[in-house]
Amino acid sequence: MSDALPLLSARGLRLAFGGVKAADGIDLDVRHGEFLAIIGPNGAGKTTFINMATGYLRPQAGRIEFEGQPILGLSPRAIVRRGIGRSFQLPQLFTEHTVLENAALAIAARRGIWSPLAPLLRPRWRDEAMELLDRFGLRGIAESRADSLNEGARKLADIAMAVALEPSLLLMDEPTSGVAAAEKMLIVETLVRVLRSTGVTAVFVEHDMDVVARFADRVAVWSQGRIAALGPPAEVLADPVVQRDVIGIATHA
Amino acid sequence: MRRESLLAALGAIGLVACAWAVPWLKFVLTIALAKGIAVLGILLLLRAGQVSFGHSMFLALGAYTVAFLAPSAPEVLLLLPLAGLLGAGLGLVLGLFLVRYRDIFFGMLNLAFAMVMYSLLEKLYALTKGTDGIRVARLTFAGLEPDRPTQEWIMFGIALGLAIGFGLLVRFYLASPMGRALAGIKTRETRLEFMGVPARRVLLAAYVLSALMGGVGGALIGMTTRHVTPQLAYWTSSGELVFIAILGGAGSALGPFLGATAFELVRVYAAAAVADAWQMILGGVLLVVILFAPGGIWGILARRRQA
Repeated sequence: MSDALPLLSARGLRLAFGGVKAADGIDLDVRHGEFLAIIGPNGAGKTTFINMATGYLRPQAGRIEFEGQPILGLSPRAIVRRGIGRSFQLPQLFTEHTVLENAALAIAARRGIWSPLAPLLRPRWRDEAMELLDRFGLRGIAESRADSLNEGARKLADIAMAVALEPSLLLMDEPTSGVAAAEKMLIVETLVRVLRSTGVTAVFVEHDMDVVARFADRVAVWSQGRIAALGPPAEVLADPVVQRDVIGIATHA
Repeated sequence: MRRESLLAALGAIGLVACAWAVPWLKFVLTIALAKGIAVLGILLLLRAGQVSFGHSMFLALGAYTVAFLAPSAPEVLLLLPLAGLLGAGLGLVLGLFLVRYRDIFFGMLNLAFAMVMYSLLEKLYALTKGTDGIRVARLTFAGLEPDRPTQEWIMFGIALGLAIGFGLLVRFYLASPMGRALAGIKTRETRLEFMGVPARRVLLAAYVLSALMGGVGGALIGMTTRHVTPQLAYWTSSGELVFIAILGGAGSALGPFLGATAFELVRVYAAAAVADAWQMILGGVLLVVILFAPGGIWGILARRRQA
């Protein structure tokens, strides 16, 4: 694993839904270990990029390489197994399971779920799941049903499940959307602390510029299916064009 | 959990006591246990949010396996596992196709396969004797051929033993990673895929197990009734399995047996008391269960025991 080689490399990605160009020639390299924020107005194609990188959508043109290997055409399942995890804008939890079971299922998914007799919550996996929830500050609600949580806890649990798979690249779609303003920074700080400790590379779509300025190493600005700007937050967020076209819209989105 | 085991033990003792006190009930209870085993399969699929309206095809497969093979291989201890294996085999073949579908399509495709089997059993007269059905030839138990009352006791005992065995198996299965992932299909199938878990294979495993239990249940029915007809594969018979699953409750592996016992007893006594109106009584019972006890009989017992 050479640090000179980008972890994820996208070239010339194109995808149109009818007349709407969700990706209109996306070139992007994600570097090892960085936190890359994707910003841009709604409909700019940010989630589409995540969906293409995780195999959920297939671009009409272009290629994506992960750790030097092409991944286009692989199923979401195969891509997860190669080490790309994702979390969702609308948390995708098993709503009738407890938080602990959600976490344990993610651990089981990595360690092997094909055992029909031994319980999911066997001592070793239970401990591992508890330890995971502890890192995300969710230990106190481990026994709650997932559909009884508030949005902030749901988001964290959703990301915890992705982290449990021990991905080398984690794609997060709006990890703080829908979360009360007072909770937002707390959640992001928890996330950054956990993610830094695992050494995972993270790409996150974000609308809150304070969050971006504080936690991103680089920012990519999406606009109408293209990357309009890319660089360190201080530089990109100070750009007057970005301020007018993106932040002006995004902060009111 | 301990309550569930206690209730299971009490239930088993109760069934034995009933069978001993009222000899003719032994037949009814053996059938109830056999259907309960098949309904365990319905319960598995219900956990994934799926309903099969064709599962009686596995009952028919198991029963006809016994009917066809008894003349040449009358050994019960051979026929039972064979019926289970054939059920699992058919479940695997059909399942590979069926697990691509969900909800109403899953339910109706199961129904379609069951109706194909019904038609074959009915039309291939030379082989199956059509709606007349086949009388099951004499059976041997570990090489022996005991007298009639002893045979009835043996069949009851085998059914009870298998019910306990499969009940425990399903209970462990539901708590296992495969069982919890199965329940995840009901709420967030996409998440399974994004965890690298093939949801279709999770459902297929459960489907094959459900088909195996259907085959075993059908073999027990064939061995007990000693007369096998295509009616077993008819859609009303599949509907009955779903009915029993709802009646007993999907919350516990005990549910199918509570449901099946209640169903068969109500049928027997209602049929005796009001002759042709027994279906109305069963319908009324189901209505009451759905309206006032959505967790079924198991739900009522579990709730009362918590209070």
